Amino acid sequence: MADPNPARTFADPEDPIIAATVPDHYTPLLDVDPPAGENSRLPLKGFLVILSGLVLVGLLMALIGENGPSVSQDSQQNDLTLNAPAESTNISAQFLEPASRGPSAGVSEKSFRLHSGVRAPFPWSNTMLTWQRTGYHFQPEKNWMNDPNGPMFYGGWYHFFYQYNPDAAVWGNIVWGHAVSKDLIEWLHLPLAMVADQWYDTNGVWTGSATLLSDGQVIMLYTGATNESVQVQNLAYPADLSDPLLVDWVKYPGNPVLVPPPGIDDKDFRDPTTAWYWPDGKWRIAIGSKVNKTGISLVYNTEDFKKYELIEGVLHAVPGTGMWECVDLYPVSLKEDNGLDTSFNGPGVKHVLKASLDDDKNDYYAIGTYSLESGNWTPDNPNLDVGIGLRYDYGKFYASKTFYDQNKQRRILWGWIGETDGESADIKKGWASVQSIPRTVVFDKKTGTNILQWPVAEIKSLRKSSKKFDKLEVGPGSVVTLEVEKATQMDITAEFEIDKEALKRIGESDVEYSCRTSGGSAQRGELGPFGLLLLADEGRCEQTPVYFYVAKGTDGQLKTFFCTDESRSSLANDVDKRIFGSTVPVIKGEKLSMRILVDHSIIESFAQGGRTCITSRVYPTKAIYGAAQLYVFNNATSASITASIQTWAMKSAYIRPYSSHQES
Amino acid sequence: MRSSVFLLCVLGLSLTQIQFSRADLVKQTCRQTPNYHLCVQTLRSDPRSSHADVAGLAMVMVDMIKAKSIATLHRISELLGTAPHPKTKATLRRCAELYDNAVLKADIPSAMEALKTGNPKFAEQGANDAANEADSCERAFSGASPITSFNRSVSNLSRVASAIIRLLL
Repeated sequence: MADPNPARTFADPEDPIIAATVPDHYTPLLDVDPPAGENSRLPLKGFLVILSGLVLVGLLMALIGENGPSVSQDSQQNDLTLNAPAESTNISAQFLEPASRGPSAGVSEKSFRLHSGVRAPFPWSNTMLTWQRTGYHFQPEKNWMNDPNGPMFYGGWYHFFYQYNPDAAVWGNIVWGHAVSKDLIEWLHLPLAMVADQWYDTNGVWTGSATLLSDGQVIMLYTGATNESVQVQNLAYPADLSDPLLVDWVKYPGNPVLVPPPGIDDKDFRDPTTAWYWPDGKWRIAIGSKVNKTGISLVYNTEDFKKYELIEGVLHAVPGTGMWECVDLYPVSLKEDNGLDTSFNGPGVKHVLKASLDDDKNDYYAIGTYSLESGNWTPDNPNLDVGIGLRYDYGKFYASKTFYDQNKQRRILWGWIGETDGESADIKKGWASVQSIPRTVVFDKKTGTNILQWPVAEIKSLRKSSKKFDKLEVGPGSVVTLEVEKATQMDITAEFEIDKEALKRIGESDVEYSCRTSGGSAQRGELGPFGLLLLADEGRCEQTPVYFYVAKGTDGQLKTFFCTDESRSSLANDVDKRIFGSTVPVIKGEKLSMRILVDHSIIESFAQGGRTCITSRVYPTKAIYGAAQLYVFNNATSASITASIQTWAMKSAYIRPYSSHQES
Repeated sequence: MRSSVFLLCVLGLSLTQIQFSRADLVKQTCRQTPNYHLCVQTLRSDPRSSHADVAGLAMVMVDMIKAKSIATLHRISELLGTAPHPKTKATLRRCAELYDNAVLKADIPSAMEALKTGNPKFAEQGANDAANEADSCERAFSGASPITSFNRSVSNLSRVASAIIRLLL
């Protein structure tokens, strides 16, 4: 199970000395050298004397009211010691390194990047940058993209909209891009669906969702940032329903249809969901927000999508989680393997509630019950509530959104995968962000506590030359080359068995393992790590291991961890190189299995059929084009593993502007 | 007459109270940044700070990053005009590109828009990126930088801005 979010601590803002040296609730760029620990080395008496002196000074200052504390940070700017980032922190990732545990913990300093925070710029060549572009993931031809919007199946086409900046490779000037596909893999770019041409969305045509009505109408609700930067909800619909490509869109003249209600800040009201039908004959939608630090989801009902009524209370709230963006609520079947229409409810169904947490840029979900009587959603396990429990993905994955694909009766998930390289590289290469390969979402019947995500079956149409490596014995501390055609575009499935004797022998560990704080694939245990080395060059100076690590926890139970280790993914130091992952539940009798999609600078990994997923962005400088290779490795100290691996080279997907499309 | 004087005194006192609370917001906010002095100094130098909320203070800070970046670009072109050593020249050019294309054309507008429209995480990204670019530039000189104070200034301001923006999340 995922580690819960670390408790957020608040520095005392009143005491200037403490405020200056103790990190606040955010993971700061803060210089904490000397760390707070140094104070504790002072004799207690001396400390008290200093403290009373400070109190006196503080009182004086309060009287005068003009001066700040005399502690200066200027002299320490060059040598920043940084705190370890919180488990799920992504935002300041470009600055923060995991704090090195030092040689005494068996960690060589070389395995971590600079902990001074100053990142040496890498001389990126055009060859290296060009390589980074994906072969089969959705991305526009250039510039910045973020959230998926309004995904749906209509008129025989899968429609996909997205947040797009037509002017630059950074966020800004946001409008709706649009593309269509027959199979969720090959895409045709269409003209922008909506631009910022009304007072109610002039500062941004932001995220929204589609609702398909039984009479054939298509309702699109989206957030607009008004001319006064108030976040409002607007209604739009296709100009011509007989056009299956839905190229042109009309905004309802009566917009906005929703403005922030009393008690909700103008800037905490966005991302309306797909609507679901309620027994009272009306439709309901949810909109994420926050009250202080409590993340909430508001619910509205409507009959015509033009007039709305705020339903008293909230759909759900979780303290300490901050702003809820891109809320999503949908049913999953407990028995069947197909997806369910968003309005479905009743016995044999549970509802997944999901929020994107603004605070830490991760997507969290929880499984629970949505009561038709009370209109409340309650989690099955309050300890794994929204924002404090499971994540869709333990890597780079945000602002995700599902839709019901009535064409194939599937619930499909889209996720925005941003860049984790230096932003000047994004500007140089002229683009930023890709989308995940769409994933089907089903309830995991075996555990009852997870959902399973899996790349849509249509991805297999890109598979070409296949290679099988059956029952490879990989002894402890060894690496085996897997000869493959094109290591930069691959679909890989792998199964691993640990030798039974080693499993019996393993002793208990007194330290709980965690992917994030571990030494990655270089940290050896009795039963791991073992897995695959992706995008590795021949000398393995660059490599991205995706692996399992099995350990006996402090409770005597075997626990399996699934991690992606970016720490040696690139020789460049101006890219993020983190170690991500989580525990993955393994049912008795199951082999350890993973599936990996490698596509240049993106790696999507799935463990145990999609119970735990990790998306990673990597930017190698050497392990690119023909120099990239694939290995299987076992870095355990005592256990042998048997690996059965199948690989496919992947063709690139046809993703082009519609105008260049030849087919009639 | 006395009552109007009295009223004037009350009004005057109330105004100073309001000013005092705004000054408090500046101090309170700056305490949660890595550089209190720089933060207070910068914010106080801008009249907008006296009636701004936290988002407004962040915008003032971002404007200062912009101003310092422009000043850095000016300094770089001055130095380029003095026929420097080829290696220094190349690095100066690279820095100019970073400040112009990345900081001024991308980071600042992105951060400002994000702050204005209430999507602070993109502003935090922009501020972090600006600090990265400034640090990158400084690092590229391998210890022999002729624009250290400029780079440090932009970097420090960006880190302060990032910390202020974090308060909005």
